[in-house]
Amino acid sequence: MNDRVRVIDAKKFFGKVVALNGVTLSVKEAEVVLVIGPSGSGKSTLLRCINRLERLNSGEIWIDNDEVTKPKADIRKIREEVGMVFQSFNLFPHLTALQNITLAPKIVKKIPEKEATDKARMLLERVGLIDKADVYPGQLSGGQQQRVAIARALAMEPKVMLFDEPTSALDPEMIKEVLDVMLDLAKDGMTMLVVSHEMGFARAAANKVVFMDNGEVVETGPPEKLFTHPDMERTKRFLDHIL
Amino acid sequence: MATLKKSRIEISDGALIPEKDDSAVFSAWRISFFGALALIIALPLFSPEPYRRILLFLPDGILRTFEVTVLSIIFALFLGLFTGLGRISRIKVINRIATIYVEVIRGIPLLVQIFYIYYALGRIIKLPDITSAVIAMAVCYGAYLGEIFRAGIQSIPKGQMEAALALGMSRSQALRKIILPQTIKVVLPPVGNEFIALLKDSSLVSILAVSDLLRRGREFASKTFYYFETFTMVALVYLVITLFFSRLVALMEKRLHQNER
Repeated sequence: MNDRVRVIDAKKFFGKVVALNGVTLSVKEAEVVLVIGPSGSGKSTLLRCINRLERLNSGEIWIDNDEVTKPKADIRKIREEVGMVFQSFNLFPHLTALQNITLAPKIVKKIPEKEATDKARMLLERVGLIDKADVYPGQLSGGQQQRVAIARALAMEPKVMLFDEPTSALDPEMIKEVLDVMLDLAKDGMTMLVVSHEMGFARAAANKVVFMDNGEVVETGPPEKLFTHPDMERTKRFLDHIL
Repeated sequence: MATLKKSRIEISDGALIPEKDDSAVFSAWRISFFGALALIIALPLFSPEPYRRILLFLPDGILRTFEVTVLSIIFALFLGLFTGLGRISRIKVINRIATIYVEVIRGIPLLVQIFYIYYALGRIIKLPDITSAVIAMAVCYGAYLGEIFRAGIQSIPKGQMEAALALGMSRSQALRKIILPQTIKVVLPPVGNEFIALLKDSSLVSILAVSDLLRRGREFASKTFYYFETFTMVALVYLVITLFFSRLVALMEKRLHQNER
């Protein structure tokens, strides 16, 4: 199958700090790729460069046949096709759950109110929150907020979903409800690039796991292999810390 | 000067907004408000000469004061919004212009600005006194409101803009639909305070032959020589009005926050 996301020799510096030091990786259509690594290893920066919330210093990023990193790229068009879920949810607190989901389809894709609302209700149903449609984010638990945030991203019908540590701001008992939604998405054939240390999710859904350290990809492999018999010493040391 | 702390909005020299524990029966606000109101009613009742005459003489001035205040705040709000947006603009020229405006205006006393605008404009066109008064007040308060808007916009977490952009919204869509609606809630109390401060400062325009509350008082006093009595009433009227509005601002703030959590 085709590569949906291609990152080629991506380099990104913040001043003198090297965030990405020549990262190359690809995500095929309908593939689920998990990125793990110590904090500061450039995982989040990588995701943020893919929809150009940050700009690369050099290298290329492609989503299908669109080059994200080209200066003249129609970045808004590309962003419509790349859903993003943040660690801190970033729901819009002045809008209800439903309005959070319908806003972008209405003003970006110009979808009529009725259609957008129907779609949003369907998505809320899917993440199990239809009864919270008219509730403001402040009244939702962390897990519920994150599920609404996933629904919000899905409403744009993206080709790829980026998850930036979607469960690390959650209390343990809420992690499962979010992972279940993500699993459901993965089964449905969504292309997903996930920064997370949820090994259970990796084993259940990931096609491959990428281990990053110091802005570089150290090792890539299927979850079973990478978690149990990593080739690289660095990978092994990191896994010893978190398992 | 230009470094108001992020995510914190300074309460300027408006009236104090009542706090929670001010809801007690004998709160400071109630004592001041009802005390002043009682005096305004009692003095003309028990001592009609001169208080009743003063009270009948002042209403025109109150109306004029409101006229100047409301017109000024409307223009100042527009000016302030654009200034605040200018101050966070990534376009250097716009950013610089907005910053210079704020620095210059905040460095000149309002009374001097009122004189200056009156006489400077007077060299070009002859404007009605009230118009130059409103222009001066709006230009001055636009700078202060600009800083409030800037601080308000910057107090919205960065993730809000990022989430909006990630959904494919343009920067201006994100600003209009996501950032500014949230900013309004944050800036409402300080803007309300500026409104009250402006109402008080509007007394300065009495030097431009605008017959506001203070000027009406002066006119009455200079005719009748009841200086003490007149200015007592003028002060009481200002007090009742500003205290009334400070309570109103507090209520609005409470209302707005109920929606959310």
